[in-house]
Amino acid sequence: MSERAAAGIRIERVVKIFGDVGITALNEVSLDIAPGEFVSILGPSGCGKSTLLRCVAGLDTPSKGQIVVGGVPVSAPPEHLGIVFQRDALLEWRSVIDNLLLPIEFRGGDSRAVRPHAKALLRMVGLEGFEDRYPSQLSGGMRQRVAICRALVDDPMLLLMDEPFGALDALTRDQLNIELQRLWLANRKTVLFVTHSITEAIFLADRVVVFSPRPGSIADVIHVDLPRPRKLAVRTSELFHGYAGRIRTLFEGMGLLKEDE
Amino acid sequence: MNRQSLQGVAITTMTLIVFGLIWEAGVSYFGVKPIVLPPPSAILRELFSELPWYLGHAWFTLIVTLGGFALAVVIGVALAVLIVESKLLEKTIYTVIVGLNSVPKVAIAPLFVIWMGTGAEPKLAIAFLIAVFAIVIDTVLGLKSVPADILDLGRALRGSRSMMLWRIRFPCALPSLFAGMKVAISLALVGAIVGEFVSSQRGLGYVILSAQGTFDTARVFAAVFLLAILGMLLFAAIVRIERWALPWHASQKDYSPSA
Repeated sequence: MSERAAAGIRIERVVKIFGDVGITALNEVSLDIAPGEFVSILGPSGCGKSTLLRCVAGLDTPSKGQIVVGGVPVSAPPEHLGIVFQRDALLEWRSVIDNLLLPIEFRGGDSRAVRPHAKALLRMVGLEGFEDRYPSQLSGGMRQRVAICRALVDDPMLLLMDEPFGALDALTRDQLNIELQRLWLANRKTVLFVTHSITEAIFLADRVVVFSPRPGSIADVIHVDLPRPRKLAVRTSELFHGYAGRIRTLFEGMGLLKEDE
Repeated sequence: MNRQSLQGVAITTMTLIVFGLIWEAGVSYFGVKPIVLPPPSAILRELFSELPWYLGHAWFTLIVTLGGFALAVVIGVALAVLIVESKLLEKTIYTVIVGLNSVPKVAIAPLFVIWMGTGAEPKLAIAFLIAVFAIVIDTVLGLKSVPADILDLGRALRGSRSMMLWRIRFPCALPSLFAGMKVAISLALVGAIVGEFVSSQRGLGYVILSAQGTFDTARVFAAVFLLAILGMLLFAAIVRIERWALPWHASQKDYSPSA
C-alpha cells in the first residue's frame, strides 16, 4: 500500500516572530526527526507548537533558521504532505469519498485509480458504507476519521497533525488514538503530532517533545520505550506513569501546574 | 410533493380564501365603491373574462424578469469573482458598485428609454440593474467566507489559483449566491414593472398604468393579483433549484448525525 519513502525533518534554530506585534512564538527551536518516526509535540495552549507545525507545512515562514523536509529546504508547502487540523476542514459540498479524493485532484492524479485505496482506508477506520454521505450527516469523530484518511490517501512522505482530536469527546478520542496507531503501523509515515494531552502524546509517540511557553522552546525530549502495538491499558502501566510524571514535573517547573498548598 | 408541502399549500389556500371572504363581506357591508376597492368576485370576473389577454401581458413581464435576472446572475457572479481575485478591482469596482447601489434605480429608469427605445431592452436593463447588486454583494461575501483551515488545506495541497477558486471558493459561496438569487428574483420583477411603467405597450406594468388612466380599479387589482402569483412562482422556482443544486446544505438536511 505504501510506496513513497517517509521523509525526515530537520528543524534548525527556528525563530518565529509575529511581525507587527513583535511576539516571539518560537525561540531557537532545533529538532531532528527520523523518517518513519512518530513525534508528539506537547505543550500548553499558545506555546508555539502549532506555529512550528505550520512552519514545517510551509504555511508560515520562520523569521530565522530553516526547516528541511526530505532533504529539501521548506519555502512553500512540501510535496506529498498530509495534514490534519483540529477542525476537520472537510468540504461540506463533497461526499465522504470525494473529500478523500481532493488531494488527488489537486495534484492532478487519477482519482478513479485511487478510489479502491480510498475505500480501503475508510474500511480501516470503520467507515465502510459511508462513502456517499455528506459531512453534515456524520458525527465529529467520523468527520475527523475522514480528514485523517484524506491526509493519507495520496501516500504522503510526512503527516502533520495539529491537535486533531482536541475537539472530540474523551471516548472518541481514545478510539481514534487506537485507529491512528493502526494506520501508522500499516504505513510508517513520519508523523508530527501536536497535542496538549499528556496521555495522548505518550500513547502515540516514539518521542515526546515538551514545549515551554512564551517564547516557545523545547524544554525536554522524552523517548517513549513502550512496545507496539500499544493497548489503551498501557496507560495504567508503571512505565507510562513514569513518563507522565516526568512531564507533569516539567509543567510544574514552568508554573503551569500548581498544587493546592 | 410530500405530505408536509401539501399541507403547507392547503393552509395557504385556506388563508387566502378566508381573507377573500372577509374582503368580499366587508366591501358589501360598508358599501365601499368598486372604484375605490372592488370586491374579489369582481376582480376574478374581470380576470377570467379576458384571461388570454392577461396571460399574454404576464408572459411578457415574465420573460423580461427572467432575462434581467439571468443577466444579473451571469454578470454579477463574474464581477464577484473578479473582485475577490484582485485587490485592485476590489478597491475600484467594488467601491463603485457599492456606491451605485445607493442610487435609486427607479430614478434612472427614464434614461434607459432614451438610450434603448421603448422595446423590451430598456425593461431588461432596469430589471438587470436592480437585481445585480444583490448577486454581487452576496457572492463576494460567500467567496470570502471560506473557513481559514480549508484555505490552509488548499495551500498545503499546493492548489493552483484556479483550483482554489473553482474547487473551494466557488462551491463554498453557492449558499450565499442562492440567498442573493432569492432576493434578486423579486427585485428583477420590480425592475420589469418599473420599466413598463416608464414606457410600454406590453406587460402587467402597462396594464396597471393604462387601467389607472380609466379608473378601472378591478383591472388594476387583476394585474396585481397576477403579479403576486408570478412573484411567488419565481421565488418557489429558485428554492427548488437550490434544493436540487445543494443537496448537502445544512439548512435542508433531513437527517441528523448519529454516533
